[in-house]
Amino acid sequence: MTCTEFLALLDDLLDGSVTAETRAELQAHLGRCGHCEVILNTTRKTIEIYRSHELYDLPPGLHDRLHAAIMNRCRKC
Amino acid sequence: MANIQPIEGEFEPHPDVALVDRVRGGDVLAFDTLVRKYERQIFRIAQHITQNREDAEDVMQDAFLKAYEKLGQFQGNSKFYTWLVRIAVNESLMRLRKRRTGKMVSIDEDIETEEGSVPRDLADWAPDPEQNYNQAELAEILRKTIQGLPQGFRIVFVLRDVEGLSTEETAETLGLSIPAVKSRLLRARLQLRERLSRYFRRKKGFIETGVEK
Repeated sequence: MTCTEFLALLDDLLDGSVTAETRAELQAHLGRCGHCEVILNTTRKTIEIYRSHELYDLPPGLHDRLHAAIMNRCRKC
Repeated sequence: MANIQPIEGEFEPHPDVALVDRVRGGDVLAFDTLVRKYERQIFRIAQHITQNREDAEDVMQDAFLKAYEKLGQFQGNSKFYTWLVRIAVNESLMRLRKRRTGKMVSIDEDIETEEGSVPRDLADWAPDPEQNYNQAELAEILRKTIQGLPQGFRIVFVLRDVEGLSTEETAETLGLSIPAVKSRLLRARLQLRERLSRYFRRKKGFIETGVEK
């Protein structure tokens, strides 16, 4: 397996959607390619870091404004 | 005659189905439960697309109001959440169009870039790269980095990786093919990785104990 072939399967590997056979081939490539190992680990970390940090909090008062708007709309229906 | 029994649990309805039915029956408080459940996600998605807090607030309100009014049109073929996200994405793109005085805005914007398709920065990251920054600094780095992604990649990454929609749901929500979602997701992930490497790469002289020489 070449690095280009590894890269083409990177998403499937990260998403856990590769067959056992392909996984073994990917693992074999990782065993001899430090660059692809770095790419796999840092891409995985990229996803984790974005998933675990809420970048935008709900502004205070927004829920109440929406609730009032819905109640108002409900009265008309 | 063959007895076709569903496997137990296989067709268990999503908990939102009961809430949607209650709203359709006139129970507005059930809709408030749906709002509380999804308002944070919808606000975040709107903020990621519009990149403007005021617009994101309006989009969140408009998306929920539209969902409330059009609940009769919700077929139940998709999840309520996916349907709601689709409304929020469309509202966000409309809002961007208004800001740019009618200029076309689409999820295909700026995707003709080769950046990130081939990883260039191959340096490993520090063991816990977040530890080198305080919460506010880290949030700023993450915001700045994702804001720099082309729109068409950013939306796919946010829906798929941050908000946890499946590839199929993301494709359905954005009106894209599954191969298009997969290709954009890979490039979004690689571009973000490349850009974050500038902040998170292991510093020279850094050894495994975390102590710099």
